[in-house]
Amino acid sequence: MSNIIDLTLVDLVENIKKKNLSSKEITKAYVERAEKSKKLNTYITEDFNNALKKADNFDNNPDFDKKLPGIPIAVKDLFCTQNLRTTAGSKILENFIPTYESTVTDNIWNEGAILLGKLNCDEFAMGSSNETSFFGNVQSPVAENLVPGGSSGGSASALAAKLTPTTIGTDTGGSIRQPASFTGIVGLKPTYGSCSRYGIVAFASSLDQAGPMTHDVKDCALMFSIISSYDNKDSTSINFKREDYLKKLNKSIKGKKIGIPKEYRVEGMPKEIEDLWQKGINIAKESGAEIIDVSLPNTNYALPTYYIVAPAEASSNLARYDGVKYGFRSKGKNLIDMYEKTRSEGFGNEVKRRIMIGTYVLSSGYYDAYYLKAQKVRRLIKNDFDEVYKKVDAILTPSTPSSAFKIGEKTNNPVSMYLNDIFTVPINLAGLPAISIPAGHDQKGYPLGLQIIGKTFDEQNILNIAYSLEEEINFKNKINDWWI
Amino acid sequence: MTIDLKTVKKISKLARISLDEEKAKKLEADLNSIFEFIKKLNQLDTSKSEPLTSVVDVKLQLRKDEIKSQNIRDQILKNSPDENKDFFVVPKVVE
Repeated sequence: MSNIIDLTLVDLVENIKKKNLSSKEITKAYVERAEKSKKLNTYITEDFNNALKKADNFDNNPDFDKKLPGIPIAVKDLFCTQNLRTTAGSKILENFIPTYESTVTDNIWNEGAILLGKLNCDEFAMGSSNETSFFGNVQSPVAENLVPGGSSGGSASALAAKLTPTTIGTDTGGSIRQPASFTGIVGLKPTYGSCSRYGIVAFASSLDQAGPMTHDVKDCALMFSIISSYDNKDSTSINFKREDYLKKLNKSIKGKKIGIPKEYRVEGMPKEIEDLWQKGINIAKESGAEIIDVSLPNTNYALPTYYIVAPAEASSNLARYDGVKYGFRSKGKNLIDMYEKTRSEGFGNEVKRRIMIGTYVLSSGYYDAYYLKAQKVRRLIKNDFDEVYKKVDAILTPSTPSSAFKIGEKTNNPVSMYLNDIFTVPINLAGLPAISIPAGHDQKGYPLGLQIIGKTFDEQNILNIAYSLEEEINFKNKINDWWI
Repeated sequence: MTIDLKTVKKISKLARISLDEEKAKKLEADLNSIFEFIKKLNQLDTSKSEPLTSVVDVKLQLRKDEIKSQNIRDQILKNSPDENKDFFVVPKVVE
């Protein structure tokens, strides 16, 4: 048998069920590798000793009917974990110990999984390179001094480096799909309302969704079946019949109508991305899909809309960090002074920038011109998708307009950083599901991803299309363990 | 339109984030470049578009208001930045 860390999640589960491997052996393998991989800075909080104890407990009293029996998993540090520090990558929550568990992580532990620890991310999930974290930037396992993407950068890096067999991230404007694309892994942003937001540190509530990050599409289907659930603790959770997405997974792409939106051919897009997209189109066509040119005319307005809606919601959500009930507090000469100093010292620059944007667009006299305007454009963007989905079953695009960039390359120009999310943001604005799968490498050997966008609650369909493309593409991640 | 230093300072007051002069100037430049980018939306005619407030078409559900967590008072207070085992403590607000 190959090394434990080289197995997919589905294979690990099978091996544990067949008693070829114990939970302790698996957990130990990941812990040992994480100990050798500190240079990547993927973990904010390690919980290895507890994980090993839990693995022992599982082996002494195993339940093989669970879907993740004794499987160790590290998660993004945006999910509240009961009695284990949850920071959201921020100084303001540096010492916060939640008294409750997020529904999504609860679902995973209920299926027998074991928490390894909490993974680095951009502060409050605001960033596209994991450089805004108070706990330092994350290194990509692809190459030294390369960003893993963001905001789920620690998650992407830990998975691609094989420090965890799967992980979960959150995606507000591309925070699962962009880092997945940068590190050669699979990432799914589910339909809004599919996975509960309860216990996830809130960024922009009308856009936030949790989703799986995995080595392949089968693993993704398994994880999605587990984390998606109706939850009355989240007022926008939707009560619909969830499937066993893994059981129903098949390579059905034949006869599927796949739309290619012309507006995604953006100016200045590198030829490598163009070629990758064409490769995806060719494969889909050869596999029997019908390729249809479509138009999403308001695509160009998605990013400006996002940079009004998301900061507006963030400024409201982050109003709770005032230094009173939890988190960091700075001394002030009176209450107001304490608030102002706490928030000035507790938040990093990107978070402050977005709170300022949000406060401005919601302030008296500017609300109509910015926030209301953005909500109206958001409607137009959603209408574009509704129109196109009368003609096609799914949409195929590149995941990002470029491959990963160097650490520090884009930190001085917020707008150039925001442009990273040009292909992912429209999907969040419309509440749709989308999956990024690794599809090739650029000249430098950095991974590139393709994105398949589905109709609302049509995750099974995009998983099936991804499964079919994955086989033909036969992507192999080139990770040479440079940090060990 | 441009955002001047005075506006930046006003927003920082509203957002309860103190700024020194240097940070305020840096933010002025950042915000202007971001709003320059956002300005693009004015090209669009949205007079016939209804604002989209939620992508999900559901009525908000009511649930019973029940206490589910038990005996976590001490744990909650432990997260408080000012050490006091019975209350949340803030600087004096009434003279």
